[in-house]
Amino acid sequence: MKFGVLRFPGSCDEVDALGAARRVADAELLWHGDRDLKGADAIVVPGGFSYGDYLRAGAIARFAPVMESVIDFAEDGGLVLGICNGFQVLCEARLLPGALLGNANRRFTFRQVGLEVLNSGGSFTQGCALGQRLSIPAKHSWGRYHAEEETLAAMDRAGQIVLRYADGENFNGSVHEIAGVSNERGNVFGLMPHPEHAVDELTGGSTDGLKIFESMRLTVEGAHV
Amino acid sequence: MRARVLIRPKAGILDPQGEAVQRALPALGFAGVTNVHVGRLVELDVEDPAQLESMCERLLANPLVEDYEIVLAG
Repeated sequence: MKFGVLRFPGSCDEVDALGAARRVADAELLWHGDRDLKGADAIVVPGGFSYGDYLRAGAIARFAPVMESVIDFAEDGGLVLGICNGFQVLCEARLLPGALLGNANRRFTFRQVGLEVLNSGGSFTQGCALGQRLSIPAKHSWGRYHAEEETLAAMDRAGQIVLRYADGENFNGSVHEIAGVSNERGNVFGLMPHPEHAVDELTGGSTDGLKIFESMRLTVEGAHV
Repeated sequence: MRARVLIRPKAGILDPQGEAVQRALPALGFAGVTNVHVGRLVELDVEDPAQLESMCERLLANPLVEDYEIVLAG
């Protein structure tokens, strides 16, 4: 199984994402100007400041040549994980519902956050237990998740609200404490915290982030059996 | 044709920048300021102003969370 990790001008977490993916499978970087996904079985859209975050975070990256292929890949049911800026890109591409706004605390904030798994049946969290608490770093200025109440109700019914900030952890002011969401089909998932940084106790505060990559590997390999 | 596109947060969506400015003004002695919102201004020359709406919907604004207003300079 091979992960493809996108690299845009201004990405900064693609190497950590590559390293995290390589702990569970093969992985390769994919350049933003190249439409070829090089046979990747799952895509990671990494964190950073793609195209300088000009206009809105993710607004320009969403139209990069590689994203045309990623959108086709997602529409065919391929697994796509968006982390932080990658989550913003996937929302801008309308692969995920909602949008990410400036943090309610008006600050760039870097801290370890506690997350709660609300859906452990999906492709990205099948390695987690329902209600399990994950400890993963977050670092962003534009992470306040927003969607209309009607959309949120439908997402809730469909199990698309996969991760929420644990009590007292919602520093960015996300609606309904939402930290990570999937599309209706469950093959596209975005979250603001950084699982790729939580793969080693020494630097990540936990290895909980590996559960996301491991779940994706299980999903892809399960589909091939 | 010269066009200006004014983009602002949709009503009802928390606008922390607007709130910060609203709190800063009284500190400078400007009283009686309410409903402050901070948005963006995009200025552009366009050959076909009929395309502006589509530009806003697809790129310049995010209609989920932002309202936009197109002003043609004539």
